[in-house]
Amino acid sequence: MKLVLAWGFVGIPLAWGVFGTLSSAMALFR
Amino acid sequence: MSLLSSLDREHIVAEPGFSRWLVPPAALCVHLCIGQAYAFSVFNLPMTRLIGITAPAPDDWKLTQLGWIFSIAIVMLGVSSAVAGSWLDRVGPRKAMLLAASCFGGGFLVAAFGVAVHQLWLVYLGYGVLGGCGLGIGYISPVKTLITWFPDRPGMATGMAIMGFGGGAMIASPLSVWLMRQFSTATHVGVAEAFVVLAVVYFCFMAVGSAIVRVPAAGWQPAGYVPRARTGKLITTENVTLERAVRTPQFVLLWLVLCLNVTAGIGVLGQASAMIQETFAGRITPVAAAGFVGLLSLFNMGGRFLWASVSDYIGRKATYCVFFLLGIALYAAVPSAAHIHSVALFVACYCIILSMYGGGFATIPAYLKDVFGVQFVGAIHGRLLTAWSAAGVLGPVLVNYISDYQINHGVARADSYSFTMYIMAALLVLGLICNLLMYPVRERHIDMEGARA
Repeated sequence: MKLVLAWGFVGIPLAWGVFGTLSSAMALFR
Repeated sequence: MSLLSSLDREHIVAEPGFSRWLVPPAALCVHLCIGQAYAFSVFNLPMTRLIGITAPAPDDWKLTQLGWIFSIAIVMLGVSSAVAGSWLDRVGPRKAMLLAASCFGGGFLVAAFGVAVHQLWLVYLGYGVLGGCGLGIGYISPVKTLITWFPDRPGMATGMAIMGFGGGAMIASPLSVWLMRQFSTATHVGVAEAFVVLAVVYFCFMAVGSAIVRVPAAGWQPAGYVPRARTGKLITTENVTLERAVRTPQFVLLWLVLCLNVTAGIGVLGQASAMIQETFAGRITPVAAAGFVGLLSLFNMGGRFLWASVSDYIGRKATYCVFFLLGIALYAAVPSAAHIHSVALFVACYCIILSMYGGGFATIPAYLKDVFGVQFVGAIHGRLLTAWSAAGVLGPVLVNYISDYQINHGVARADSYSFTMYIMAALLVLGLICNLLMYPVRERHIDMEGARA
């Protein structure tokens, strides 16, 4: 449980940042 | 027991049953926050119109003045990590992480006050000096702890944390823009308020990391792990103290290896957007160029984890040889990609180059551990990061100087980048030579006072 909480705590903002960057990177291929 | 001493290394020894996989997220809590430094430029334009609001007023700060904030922070990163390394090894990661959180959060608060009263020196002092100390101490604080928890995969463990530094900007950039939009009104741009919120958020996030982190008990080893007596020519099971390490040729060579790898990467990173637009004029829009920069950030981040993990299998020296040999080929291939008008090849070359730029940062702690041992690796790593500060000045200066020289001598702007690429490839040749010259430390440098790994 501690592991899930700790990884979620850092993983969610990181995934949000990566997804946002990936979305803007898609502009290169349009 | 005082509150401060309760943060010391001896009070945070892990109890039996503690999972070592809790340590990487603790390290990520710090690195994801301090990685914000790469996104500081989103505040530059708004800070040029603090008085004029919609357009810069005569008394507003200039972009050239604001550029110094980031430069001071990077120089202070190198200085503070070099100075605080030994202290950090002594007191342990929790106290260091909390100090980093206080410096980084406090730096934002002082900078917010500087923006509110429109005193640029306060912003230099706050984000540049105080925040820069937070960057340096925060950057090195979890490194030794991770290496101790993951003796079987030190590259992967430190790569995971240092990957956070690359990813921090991806969170900070949209978050900062969103915060400024929330606080902006007809009478001010909302920078000071955004700084205050970021100060609180980053302090809390980093404090959580410091609360999670633990150090292993003396002699602890992962279940089933059998340390190999000598796995490679460069790998030592002994320890070299900081004072002795910095006097060895190996330290100088590794300093040059890091400095040259980073100089080449930083040199092109700052110009990536302009470079792709001018090389493929009419085909690449500013929006697509911004997408290109985003893609480079992803490869910079991913390369940190990937290459550092690969180094656990093929060795650090071999990994750096790949960085330099592949880097030389790719830097030399970029002008050809521009010549044949291949956007795909151009982008592919840059993505791999940036993955190796990130990989260089992430692999160096494990390289130091191999060469100098575990015990003083935090302090030695801190001292080595001065190479980053030097590269932060050298890279952009070199690229801008070469580019200006070419343009002043009649070379078209798009063509001026080709020569820059060849210079970067030449820097990597020097880096390759330094890496090939690496050899194990002599026995006379090894700490004989019982400091065995």
